[in-house]
Amino acid sequence: MARIASAIASRLVIIVPYAWLLFFFLIPFFIVFRISLSQTAIAMPPYTPVFDLAGGLSGILEGMREFSVDNYVWLTEDVLYFNAYVSSLFIAAVSTFLTFLIGYPIAYGMAQAPRSIRPTLLMLVILPFWTSFLIRVYAWIAILKPEGLLNQFLITIGVIDQPLIILNTNWAIYIGIVYSYLPFMVLPIYSALEKMDHTLTEAAQDLGCTPITAFWRVTFPLSLAGVVAGCLLVFIPAVGEFVIPDLLGGSETLMIGKTLWNEFNSNRDWPVSSAVATILLLILVLPIVYFQNVQAKADSEGR
Amino acid sequence: MKSLGSIRRSFAPWADPASKPFISFKNVTKKFGDFTAVDDLSLNIYTREFFALLGASGCGKSTLLRMLAGFEQPTSGEIILDGQNLAGIPPYRRPVNMMFQSYALFPHMTVESNIAFGLKQDGMPKADIAERVAQMLKLVKLEKFAKRKPHQLSGGQRQRVALARSLAKRPKVLLLDEPLGALDKKLREETQFELMDLQQQLGLTFVIVTHDQEEAMTMADRIAVMSYGKVIQVATPAEIYEAPNSRFVADFIGDVNIFDGTVATAEDGRVRVETAGGVPIRMASSEKLSTGARAAVAIRPEKIRVTRQAPQHAPLNAAEGEIWDIGYLGDMTVFHIRLKDGKVVKASSLNAVRAVEDPLGYDQQVWVSFGEDAGVVLKD
Repeated sequence: MARIASAIASRLVIIVPYAWLLFFFLIPFFIVFRISLSQTAIAMPPYTPVFDLAGGLSGILEGMREFSVDNYVWLTEDVLYFNAYVSSLFIAAVSTFLTFLIGYPIAYGMAQAPRSIRPTLLMLVILPFWTSFLIRVYAWIAILKPEGLLNQFLITIGVIDQPLIILNTNWAIYIGIVYSYLPFMVLPIYSALEKMDHTLTEAAQDLGCTPITAFWRVTFPLSLAGVVAGCLLVFIPAVGEFVIPDLLGGSETLMIGKTLWNEFNSNRDWPVSSAVATILLLILVLPIVYFQNVQAKADSEGR
Repeated sequence: MKSLGSIRRSFAPWADPASKPFISFKNVTKKFGDFTAVDDLSLNIYTREFFALLGASGCGKSTLLRMLAGFEQPTSGEIILDGQNLAGIPPYRRPVNMMFQSYALFPHMTVESNIAFGLKQDGMPKADIAERVAQMLKLVKLEKFAKRKPHQLSGGQRQRVALARSLAKRPKVLLLDEPLGALDKKLREETQFELMDLQQQLGLTFVIVTHDQEEAMTMADRIAVMSYGKVIQVATPAEIYEAPNSRFVADFIGDVNIFDGTVATAEDGRVRVETAGGVPIRMASSEKLSTGARAAVAIRPEKIRVTRQAPQHAPLNAAEGEIWDIGYLGDMTVFHIRLKDGKVVKASSLNAVRAVEDPLGYDQQVWVSFGEDAGVVLKD
C-alpha cells in the first residue's frame, strides 16, 4: 500500500512540470496558432470562425473548414515582416555579443573574488531587479536624451561640444538591452567558472602556459556551457523585445516585437499578429532544438 | 649519522661529501599571515633520488612542494635547482612538472590531448608530439584509451594519465602530491612499485609528498619526516625506522613501545635505564647520556619476544604480564600484553609455522623480553 502511494507520489512530482508546460505553454500556443489560421472580422472576438461548444463536434469540424494559411502567405508578401525579423535577429545578436563582452569579465572577476565577498557581489548583480523594469528603461531616457545626464556630463568635461544623439537610435536599444539582460549573462557564466577546479589552471601553468594562455586553453573552454546558456538567455528575449525598442528606439527602428504590437493593437488584426508570433517561435525554437540534438549526439559519441 | 653496518646501499649520494645537491632549500620560511607553514627549513635533494616528504596534514610538506613548483613564493630563504636560484621564476618557466593530488586532468580534452598539452605549449612539431604521446601512452599502458575523455576512465587510469602528462615534457624533477591517495589499497601497492620502476627507467629525480608512511618507506630513497614546518629527520627508510632520532619520529613511523625512565649508568656504548614501571633496561647506544638524565627507550613490537617461561636474563630487559588482546592478521599475530604496573606492551610475532591453535591465549601469564640491540635510547 505504502509502495503504491510512493509510486503515485513520484508520478505526481513528475507531473508538475509537465502540467506547467501544458497549461502555460502548449495550450496558449495552440490558441495563438489557431487564431493565426483565422480571418479578421469586425466582431468580438475580432476573428472568425468562433467555435461554439453548443454546436458539438460537428460544429467544430465545420468551423475548422474555414481555417486557412492566408495570414502566413500575407507575411511573405509584405517585405516589412521579413525585414523586421532580420533586423530583430541582428539587433539581438549584436546586443548578445556586447552583453557577453561585458558580462564575461564581470563573472570572471566574481569567481576570482575571495569566497567571503562572493555573496555580496552576487547580490549586487541581482539588485537592479528590485526596481521595476519599466522604470529602469525610462531612467535611460533621462540619461541618454540630448539634454540628458550623459550629454551634460560629456559637455561639462569638454569631450564634446554638441550633444550626442543616442536616444531614438539603435545605439540606445543596444544600451538598453545590454543593461537589462546583463544579469542573465553574468549568472550562468559565473556559475560555470565558480565550480571549476582551481588546480586546472595551476596544472596548465605547470605545463608551460602563461596565465593568459592558461585562460584561453583551459578556463574559457570549460566555461563555454555557461557562455552558451547566457547567450541564449539574452538572445531569445531580446529578439522579441518590445519595451526597449518602443521607449528607446526611433521611428526607423524595425523590430518584430514592435511590429507585432502594432498589428495587434493599432490594426486590431489578431490573426496576422498571431501568425507573426508563431513564426517568431519557430525561428527561435528550431535552432535551439537542433543545437541540443547535436550536443547530445556529441556527448554520446564521446562515451 | 648512526652507523648501521648491515644496511648497504649502492645509491647514496647524500653520504658522499663531494656530491653536489640537485635541489637545495636554504633556510626557507613560508608564512601565510600569522601562520608559519614552513619554518627556516634547509634540505638537500640529489639527482636521481626518490625523495619523500612525510608528515601529518598541515605540516608544511605540500607548501614545500608548491614552492618548488612555483605556485608559492618563500617568505624568506632561497631554493636552488640545478645551480639556478628559483626566486621570481614563474611556474611555467621552471623545469619541473607536478602531478596533482586531484590529477587536475583537463575534462574537455581527450587523454591524448591532455598528455600533449605541455608539448603543444612548447611549440614542439606535430610529428614529434605524436611520437612522444604514443611513447607516454605505452609507458603507462593506456594505448587503448587515447581517445577517451577523463570522465570515461577509472581512478587508476586517470592517475596514469596524470603521470604521463607530467612526464611528457621530460622535466628535471617530477613533483608528486599524494599521487596514490585516491586509489584503493591493492592498486596503490601495485602502483608504488610501478612508480619506482619508472623512476629508475627514466633516471629522473622524484619528490613525493605523502602522509602514508608505508608508501614513503616502500618507494623513497630518503624520507624527510616533517612536523609543524620543520624537518625532524632526513634519512633512509631503514634508518628512520631502526634509528629514529626523536620520540616524534619513533612514534610517527610504525608501531613502537616507549619506556620512559632515567639513565642509571652509561658506559662502553651501553646505557642502563631505570624505567618508571620498574623494568630495568640495558640497551646498546652511542648516544652521549649522563647519569640521572631523563631518557626513553623505544622498542618496535616485532623485536619483543613473548614467552611462557622467564628468559635467562630476567629481570633485565624482561617483564611479566598477561595477554590482554590478540590480533590475528594471518601473516603475523599482534599481542597486547598488560604489565603489572598497567602499561600495555605491543608485541608481534611472525606466523612462520602453520598452526590453527595458538599456544598463547587470552589472560595467559607470559614474559615479554628483548635483546640489548632491540631498541633505541632517545634523549627526552
